[in-house]
Amino acid sequence: MPQITYRTALNQALAEEIQRDENVFLIGEEVAEYNGAYKVTEGLWERFGSKRVVDAPISEAGFVGLAVGASMLGLRPVVEMMFWSFAYVAWDQIVNNAGCVRYMSGGLINVPLVIRGPANGGTNVGATHSHTPENFLANTPGLKVVCPATAYDAKGLLKSAIRDNDPVMFMENTLLYGQTWEVPEEEYLVPIGRADLKREGADLSFIAHGRAAITCLKAAEILEEKHGIHAEVLDLRSIRPLDEDAILASVRKTHRAVVVEENKPFCGVGAQIASILGEKAFDDLDAPILRVSAMDAPAIYCPALELEQLPNAQRVVDRALQIC
Amino acid sequence: METAVAQSEFASADINLRLTPDDKIRILRDMYRVRRFEQISLKFYNQGKMGGFLHLYTGQESVAVGICSLLGEHDHVITAYRDHGHALAVGMSMDECMAELYGKATGCSKGKGGSMHFFAPDKNYWGGHGIVAGQTPLGLGLAYALKYKGLKGCALAFLGDGAVNQGVYHESLNLAGLWDIPAIFVIENNRYSMGTSLARSSAFKNNLAERADGYEIDWELINGSDLYEIRAKTWTAMARAHEHSRPAVLEIDTYRYYGHSVADANAKKYRSTEEIEEYKNNHDPLRLYRRRLIAEGVLDDATADRLDEEAKHEAAEAAKFADDSPFPNASDIVADVYWEVDNDTERGRTGKHFFND
Repeated sequence: MPQITYRTALNQALAEEIQRDENVFLIGEEVAEYNGAYKVTEGLWERFGSKRVVDAPISEAGFVGLAVGASMLGLRPVVEMMFWSFAYVAWDQIVNNAGCVRYMSGGLINVPLVIRGPANGGTNVGATHSHTPENFLANTPGLKVVCPATAYDAKGLLKSAIRDNDPVMFMENTLLYGQTWEVPEEEYLVPIGRADLKREGADLSFIAHGRAAITCLKAAEILEEKHGIHAEVLDLRSIRPLDEDAILASVRKTHRAVVVEENKPFCGVGAQIASILGEKAFDDLDAPILRVSAMDAPAIYCPALELEQLPNAQRVVDRALQIC
Repeated sequence: METAVAQSEFASADINLRLTPDDKIRILRDMYRVRRFEQISLKFYNQGKMGGFLHLYTGQESVAVGICSLLGEHDHVITAYRDHGHALAVGMSMDECMAELYGKATGCSKGKGGSMHFFAPDKNYWGGHGIVAGQTPLGLGLAYALKYKGLKGCALAFLGDGAVNQGVYHESLNLAGLWDIPAIFVIENNRYSMGTSLARSSAFKNNLAERADGYEIDWELINGSDLYEIRAKTWTAMARAHEHSRPAVLEIDTYRYYGHSVADANAKKYRSTEEIEEYKNNHDPLRLYRRRLIAEGVLDDATADRLDEEAKHEAAEAAKFADDSPFPNASDIVADVYWEVDNDTERGRTGKHFFND
């Protein structure tokens, strides 16, 4: 099976879906002639032309709103946010219009829209460019939120997102763009709403999403090698819909849970997972549910410290050892 | 004694010469229907039959009715929260609109949207939007989709004079001008953004529409009390959108007789009674159009009165329909959130979508 980068996987997904469905078009800043700020859309404009790959001016609220309106009439726009942080100026369009128009119309309208781009810290660009809004957006019924951690998941989930008839907020990670994983050559889809057990273990469950899932895989290796503890890693992949069954099955097996994310702790995704476990797996738990999140401050610039602010393998290991 | 009917130079515009007597009567009937629908809705709002806000369109009927009388197969409409007039003008029934105000399951949005959120996609009517100017890029997107699909049409995005200072309106103008999108932005200038007058809210040279110059978009000023002028000038913009895929900004001088909403406690403080009466007496679009049709010999007073009575009757019947209709069930609260769930697809059955107790 070929090894390709997370970036190439996204690029392939976009190309395949643009080719498959004439209603799919890509719109965003620098996505066409510039080939994408992070080169995710490289070559697509040359291949598919200006109708299908559209350079937009810096006007996020305008072109997100345009995409919502166009999707109401049956187009399937894929909007690239150069950074998900920039979506904050388009919040009304995302939350009120994409998120609520189906409901407010009593189900007469649907919004087959994807908004995608990187949503991560860790690249020394300061707080305004490092936001992780998956918890905010998952708090809006009507929106779906996915956070792929690998090239395989990125490709399969993006194709599913584009085919989904509801608005999907698709969150990538610039630190993963250059990493490689095995991805099959034949077409496949990864369903939205299904978690992936990325490592099996009997002693402890790491429940994570996005790059935090990769961090947990490293932590699990350390735990096994140095402490003889067998941790399993459940990658949520999708935040909403959420694979609650997989979460409960894992914890019922291991009886211990550490919920890991690069989001901030307060009202983060981990808080929701902990609440579910507290309610539905209370009798299965042999230890308190613990969490590892980004340290609770705006993203620091300082390159020497920023990666410390995010969960890293050692922090995750230390946390796990508190209950093992 | 009624004054003589002023001539409208726009009566002889091609688009108006095409109107048959029946067309003209239908326009008058639609204006009466909007006015009487709202009169009845106000009555029952005050009796506590409905909640929330009620933004009345009374005084502005000629704008929605006049423009919607021009719509073709691929022409679309979207507006803000003062949306009852547009809804009825595109052909929605009084029953479904009144039931929506009552929060009933028979409402156009099944009681989930309320006064500000009427929708009828089957009639090219895309709402009904609560956030000021938030609908403007959606209108742009509808027009974008028409162009993308190669359909000859346009999208008319209505907004108030209070919306023109929102950033997203300007973003929409820029994109429309930049990309030749057949979107027409119709500013219904009723001179007040809630309780703040135009003079206290907007910086401009001569009018609001001319800001379009900065985006190389054609613009036009329209007298909202002249139905023929509304139709003639809007049609010019629509024809340009259809033939050349160019946007436009239209600013229509109009007036609302009631407050911003019925809950507007200061409705009679920020403008004088004399000002309101002046409009009612001398600029009321319904009275002016009625007089014009009588002067043209299209109908007589008795027929016009009958149209008015029929509209009142229809509105009263709609209130009965709404009153007799059931509320949605509690289980309906979590329906119409996700298309995939509502349609019970494989996607809709995968993962947990709702996190209720």
